[in-house]
Amino acid sequence: MSSLAATLSDSVVITKRNLIKVKRVPDLIVFATLSPIMFVLLFRYVFGGAILLPDGISYAEFLLPGIFAQTVVFGSTITGASLADDLQKGLIDRFRSLPMSRSAVLVGRTLADLGLNVISVVVMALTGLVVGWRIHSSVGEAVGGFLVLLLFAFSFSWLMAMVGLLVRTPEVVNNASFIVIFPLTFVANTFVPLETFPTVLRVFAEWNPVSAVVQAARELFGNTVPGAPVADVWSLQHPVLYSVIWTAVILVVFVPLAVRLYQRTATR
Amino acid sequence: MTDAIVVEGLVKRFGGTTALDGVDLTVAEGSVLGLLGPNGAGKTTVVRILTTLLRADAGRAEVVGLDVVRDADAVRASIGLTGQYAAVDEYLTGAENLEMVGRLYRLGRREARARAGQLLERFDLTGAADRPAKTYSGGMRRRLDIAASLIARPRVLFLDEPTTGLDPRSRLGMWDFIADLADGGTTILLTTQYLEEADRLADRMVVIDRGRVIARGTADELKAQVGGQRLELTATRGEVLPAIAERLRPLAVEEPHVDEQARRLSLPVSGGVEVLAEALRRLDGHIADVFDMGLRRPDLDDVFLTLTGHAADDGATDSGATDSGATDSGATDSGATDGGGTEDAATTSRDTPPAEPVPTGGAR
Ligand SMILES: Nc1ncnc2c1ncn2[C@@H]1O[C@H](COP(=O)(O)OP(=O)(O)OP(=O)(O)O)[C@@H](O)[C@H]1O
Ligand SMILES: [Mg+2]
Repeated sequence: MSSLAATLSDSVVITKRNLIKVKRVPDLIVFATLSPIMFVLLFRYVFGGAILLPDGISYAEFLLPGIFAQTVVFGSTITGASLADDLQKGLIDRFRSLPMSRSAVLVGRTLADLGLNVISVVVMALTGLVVGWRIHSSVGEAVGGFLVLLLFAFSFSWLMAMVGLLVRTPEVVNNASFIVIFPLTFVANTFVPLETFPTVLRVFAEWNPVSAVVQAARELFGNTVPGAPVADVWSLQHPVLYSVIWTAVILVVFVPLAVRLYQRTATR
Repeated sequence: MTDAIVVEGLVKRFGGTTALDGVDLTVAEGSVLGLLGPNGAGKTTVVRILTTLLRADAGRAEVVGLDVVRDADAVRASIGLTGQYAAVDEYLTGAENLEMVGRLYRLGRREARARAGQLLERFDLTGAADRPAKTYSGGMRRRLDIAASLIARPRVLFLDEPTTGLDPRSRLGMWDFIADLADGGTTILLTTQYLEEADRLADRMVVIDRGRVIARGTADELKAQVGGQRLELTATRGEVLPAIAERLRPLAVEEPHVDEQARRLSLPVSGGVEVLAEALRRLDGHIADVFDMGLRRPDLDDVFLTLTGHAADDGATDSGATDSGATDSGATDSGATDGGGTEDAATTSRDTPPAEPVPTGGAR
């Protein structure tokens, strides 16, 4: 078997293993489906009335891409927690003693978590349609919107893989990543327009890749309204390109780093 | 015969602790090596280096002629590892666990399934094959873990304390199985705390303590290093022991050891059953005070105590280690009993069963 074919076949085996776990652990399904539904409903009906938007934009339309982005980024933390769990239970040792591809455990892990995110996005989109969200663009653009979201989350999974292998305790991975991911997803245009932010936070939010991902999704779903203000910074003027650059950079940096760390990591 | 495992001058440090301090060992193809040592001796570290999980700081190691660092991938294809702690996926069923590992060893789908079925059967897990491993008992997990390491019929098998946590029946089953594997030509490196296990399974043994090899050889060679036969006696009351020891002293080849607390006397002797007869004669008048008496060859527990200065299951690494070179003397066994048995050469006992187990070496 060529090494690429071998990596693929091993990755499929590991992906399957991880998806079986999703099937058997109800918590994960709940995390992947119920909590996004709750988010959509909560923001739509609790804050929806309190948050004012420029004329012509329904809050549901503005909101959904933000919730998509936040949910998939949170979804990627599962990668780190699961790897830490595997490490603790000695499974990584078992895998490392097998003649399998060196990257397959991580590829299989991140792919399975991508699958979980796909489920979340589908559930959220359906809920969104029920509460008034609509796609106004072409099918191609809409698919592009989902791709930008999911690929960004996939790259984030690799970063989280690194964290999981370094931190080694699932609970700590969760707490540590929340400390990072809350500001990353809230100090952004996820739920409210940026104009309301104080200057320092606004500058951070403007260059925050999550803002660009959200803006890209809004544009690709047709959830923006002509004439509505978009901050005059390059990142938000070219949100698709800026998101793709971030995605690529994260992958280029963290895929090799995580694979290297995996090869050296030991259970104790 | 070629060596399936060659280890030379292995050194491994973890921060301040030196886990391995120059370990050398070889395992002949198709043989079983028992790697013995107290807690923290470095057994697991040796196994982890040989199975490519850990890199040594110095020294080199080869498995089936392949360097564990340079040819790590090829090494992994020839070995099976059962680590000290069971590594099974709790969410997969027993069958799924084995099939997954089989596929990762690059077996075809059908072959992986067939092998999984055989091993589940062999390890008495067929009834639980379709239950998530989460629902398994500790012993069942352990068996599943060992089955996983065998799925691709490895040439060399590493078993790190394979029977820890198994009940006596499962342990016997596991011993049979390991013996079968060895008969089938698999080279096995086995670490264990159970000296009886090493005695039963291993062709040769290496005893390590604090990262150094302190003895090596067959079970009989190790026992010979510790010395010859002992006459062991349990009294009904501790107070009578000094008097009894006085009467038996002429039979002793070395100073007798009296433990009044345990009501025990241990007397290094030479000779066979006639020593026992002579002892009975000398005890005339004290016979009523004797609870149990017998001749005993040293077992591996004695080896452990003598070589490391502490028992196998005693965590402390206090002083008293003897270097292997220096202990080649005391092989004074007269040959009244031969073979590798650890059983009493001859035993006389009063009718009533003893209030406590017949003395074993570990308690002295
Ligand atoms: N990852 C690690 N970090 C720090 N110290 C370690 C590590 N692994 C092992 N050690 C130390 O190295 C020494 C040898 O450990 P090892 O696990 O090889 O012993 P062992 O013979 O397998 O013991 P046991 O019978 O308890 O399993 C011990 O002092 C241990 O504390
Ligand atoms: Mg150990």
